[in-house]
Amino acid sequence: MASGNWYRYSSPATFYPLAGKMIPWFGWSAAVLAAIGLWIGLGIAPTDFQQGEAYRIIFIHVPSAWLSMFLYLVMAAWGALFLGFNTRLSAMMAQSLAPTGALMTFIALVTGSFWGRPTWGTYWAWDARMTSELILLFLYLGVMALRNAIDDPRRADRACAVLSLVGAVNVPIIYFSVKWWNTLHQGSSVSLTAAPKMAMTMLTGMLIMSFAAWFYSIAVCLYRVRVIMLERERGSAWVGELQEVEAR
Amino acid sequence: MATAPTSASLDAGAVLPGVRWALVRDMKLALRSRAELGVQLLFYIIVVSLFPLATTPERNLLATMGPGVLWVAALLASLLSLPRLFAADHADGTLEQIALSPYPLPALISGKILAHWLTTGLPIVLLAPVLGFEYWMDGEALATLMLALLLGTPILSLLGAIGAALTLGLRGGGSLLALLILPLYVPVLIFGAGAVDAVRAGLGVTANVSLLGAGLLVAAVGAPFAAAAAVRIALD
Amino acid sequence: MTEFFAMGGYAFYVWGAYGLTALTLVIEVLSVRSRHHRSLEEARLAAPETTSVAAEGRP
Repeated sequence: MASGNWYRYSSPATFYPLAGKMIPWFGWSAAVLAAIGLWIGLGIAPTDFQQGEAYRIIFIHVPSAWLSMFLYLVMAAWGALFLGFNTRLSAMMAQSLAPTGALMTFIALVTGSFWGRPTWGTYWAWDARMTSELILLFLYLGVMALRNAIDDPRRADRACAVLSLVGAVNVPIIYFSVKWWNTLHQGSSVSLTAAPKMAMTMLTGMLIMSFAAWFYSIAVCLYRVRVIMLERERGSAWVGELQEVEAR
Repeated sequence: MATAPTSASLDAGAVLPGVRWALVRDMKLALRSRAELGVQLLFYIIVVSLFPLATTPERNLLATMGPGVLWVAALLASLLSLPRLFAADHADGTLEQIALSPYPLPALISGKILAHWLTTGLPIVLLAPVLGFEYWMDGEALATLMLALLLGTPILSLLGAIGAALTLGLRGGGSLLALLILPLYVPVLIFGAGAVDAVRAGLGVTANVSLLGAGLLVAAVGAPFAAAAAVRIALD
Repeated sequence: MTEFFAMGGYAFYVWGAYGLTALTLVIEVLSVRSRHHRSLEEARLAAPETTSVAAEGRP
């Protein structure tokens, strides 16, 4: 394998234009997938017998919840790559993932709340999944707060990498403990966001929306990482030579 | 003040001496400022005593709340005392010396964490029966609570050390530390306070205690290394 | 069509959820965009003076 080629892209200067080319692909794919997913979710999928039309929130709640957990793991993985190989770009990728992950968690919490009200009669119930999402939000905010509190970018990169790795290890433990706590206190384990029995169309819609959310996240994070590169490398030669920088 | 030794050997045999060196040093320093330790304990007692005033002196409610309140207060007291772990040494440059010493840094940090627990966590464990009476907790519940605190408070010190090292010298230190560490504390809180609930529900204490014990082992092995990495990051 | 918008009486919840999601994503993209513009500005200011525009002086 031409490992030399891959290392080329670990430099911000070469990755910047590559990311720029990738963003429209992922962005438009996300839009198309979302259109199809919404068509299925809001149009084709049948009304649920128990939950009525309210269950249609599932088509954003579940994808955003999956993404929120997935993005945290990816962020931690970039952090691990950075600690292992000391490539600046890995740290920048981790930095760009945090806000999107936090927003996905926020969306999951809000949509879950909106789903719970008509189905279970309450905007919030301390069920396992929602409580775990809440704690995940705190984990994201913690990484962002730590990044914000450290002025030296190098120290910030390394501290946030360690923190997100410690967090990643703890996420399954936290989820398990919350589930435990929940079953202990609510015999029949009420879940605020219990999905109805899934018809094939519902499942398909959810899957497509998940891919849409994933591609959206990739597009936004690539966009943000380019901005981060500009911010952090702003005095350097390659930035100065960029077309959009020279253009004024 | 004792200085870091410079002639110790750099092999596995340096681990326990390293732990002991840091433990003895930190205990000496902590016992010199006994007043500070007393104040932190007083904070714990006051917080625990506030909840009935804010809610109700009604017996059954307090008995239900008791384990949770004592645990949350233990978390808060731990957060309050964690900066002490590294801040003073960092301020006068000793921490750099310690990081440069031939003893393995994780071993030295283990010693510091042990000293922290002995001066913060252990008093909380010992106070639990006394404070438990404020909450109408019976003997069985109190014994369970003490056992859970005994296993859980070291975990608080271990995880807290990672947070304290990451936030060394940063502005907004205390609140930032809380934001970073409290989510990680949640499983300890759940299994620790839940132990009493389990006993009361007739489910027995084994599951919770086993999980806490397992958590303690994992934290005891992993946290010193993570904290050491964080200290080096803060010192660079 | 009105049935579609009414969502079986759950309009507030369904459209509320979808609407807030869309709003959040739009805000995210816009905020990255404005951060992008700011960083381009700062990059121009910090760029080494090698461009011809700089050589001619400010218009």
